[in-house]
Amino acid sequence: MSQPIVKLKGLNKWFGDLHVLNDISLEIDPSEVVVFIGASGSGKSTLLRCINFLEEAQKGEIWIKGKEINPYKENLNRVREKIGMVFQHFNLFPHMTVIQNVIEGPVQVAGTSRGKAREEAMELLEQVGLHDKADEYPEMLSGGQKQRVAIARALAMKPELMLFDEPTSALDPELVGEVLNVMKDLAKKGMTMAVVTHEMGFAREVAERVFYMDEGKIIETGTPGEIFDSPQHPRTKKFLSQIL
Amino acid sequence: MAVLEFIKTYSPLFLPAIWITIQLTVLSIILGIVIGLITALAKLTRVKLLNRIADLYITVIRGTPLIVQLSFIYFALPGIGIELSAFVAGSIGLGIHNGAYIAEIFRGGIQSISTGQTEAARSMGMTQGQTMRRIILPQALRRVIPPLGNQFIIALKDSSLAGLITVNEIYMTSRRLGASTYQQMEFYMLAGAFYLILVTLFSVVVQKVEKTLETSKRQSSEIL
Ligand SMILES: Nc1ncnc2c1ncn2[C@@H]1O[C@H](COP(=O)(O)OP(=O)(O)OP(=O)(O)O)[C@@H](O)[C@H]1O
Ligand SMILES: [Mg+2]
Repeated sequence: MSQPIVKLKGLNKWFGDLHVLNDISLEIDPSEVVVFIGASGSGKSTLLRCINFLEEAQKGEIWIKGKEINPYKENLNRVREKIGMVFQHFNLFPHMTVIQNVIEGPVQVAGTSRGKAREEAMELLEQVGLHDKADEYPEMLSGGQKQRVAIARALAMKPELMLFDEPTSALDPELVGEVLNVMKDLAKKGMTMAVVTHEMGFAREVAERVFYMDEGKIIETGTPGEIFDSPQHPRTKKFLSQIL
Repeated sequence: MAVLEFIKTYSPLFLPAIWITIQLTVLSIILGIVIGLITALAKLTRVKLLNRIADLYITVIRGTPLIVQLSFIYFALPGIGIELSAFVAGSIGLGIHNGAYIAEIFRGGIQSISTGQTEAARSMGMTQGQTMRRIILPQALRRVIPPLGNQFIIALKDSSLAGLITVNEIYMTSRRLGASTYQQMEFYMLAGAFYLILVTLFSVVVQKVEKTLETSKRQSSEIL
């Protein structure tokens, strides 16, 4: 039996008095795609950020590929290397060209040679449909293109898990599709993905499970069909009626 | 005519002083940048002790007159066995002085870069040092050029205070010549003119640098 890529056990996080994550336990299996939904402030971003240790949970266990990670003992850079993250606002490096953005991690972190990194980066840019933009600076790109570069940049580290935090919510509606298509593609290739998104179509098409979060708790879990078509919890019902 | 005659006669006597002013300024800026960068990073780390030291340095330097700082280094330090030439004392004193202001400029520049940049870098496994060197500083550098240029001009003018600890720079020279020829007013005006010319030249250089950085983003990201 294969290990889950991520296992959270009783994860708790506070910002001051605010209990942002309340006893979160879940597992994400290899090649699984899970989607987190929930109202603003329910803790979705914080949960993703705890998984790659951008935030530190005060209580609970985080297991990555069968190994519990103690943030004080482990070299977190090595852990993060294998967990890609895509942000709502892209966070491309504006002083670097597209290709420089993509090779930065491999060259600086993984120690890949420039030549090899460039070769692989071009393949990734091809995969996200942007090989002709390799030498542009990010400011010349549309939001959708920026996000696709950001995905390529994360993939360049050959991650075993990809975290997406509302990757399409800063985009003009007509640009959402191109980013979702890249993500669907990725899912079909077997990438393990944890996605915060309210794109129901995407969730239905590629997600194995949907988690509904409310005030720091996961209060309902199920397949996309179960959650979207027949939510059980009144709060889930209310939330879905509001966003649909 | 008398004015032109005066300028023609005495300007050459200022050449060594102008050279010293330029050296003082450049050295104090280089030293200031080094101290400023270290101090800014010290202020931004999570190590409390370093924060405190940086704070103390900035508070003391910004809270006391430059002339007191220079006098301390040149006139008081020999009392504990540290004897420096006027020029060295002046360069170090001005450098330490500039460092405190430059530190605040760097800190502002670094803090103006969005945290998303740091998160993106850290999320792909870059260390804190790599993130600073490869991602934050190259962007911050571009933003601090205008205030830094402004500080350079202040540093140039402030270098005149080194004259009071006997460095033979422009101001000191004008005083000396003025006193010996009883033409103090003319010499002060001449000194002022030299400063004005230097400041103008400096501004042009700063603008050039700003332009260069703007057009060749790539290079600056590879310098660091
Ligand atoms: N660094 C922080 N310091 C203090 N409070 C924070 C911090 N980051 C987040 N919070 C708070 O924690 C709660 C959860 O935030 P989080 O960003 O995880 O929510 P979210 O579900 O992602 O919301 P959204 O849909 O708006 O992105 C919010 O109340 C937020 O204000
Ligand atoms: Mg969020």
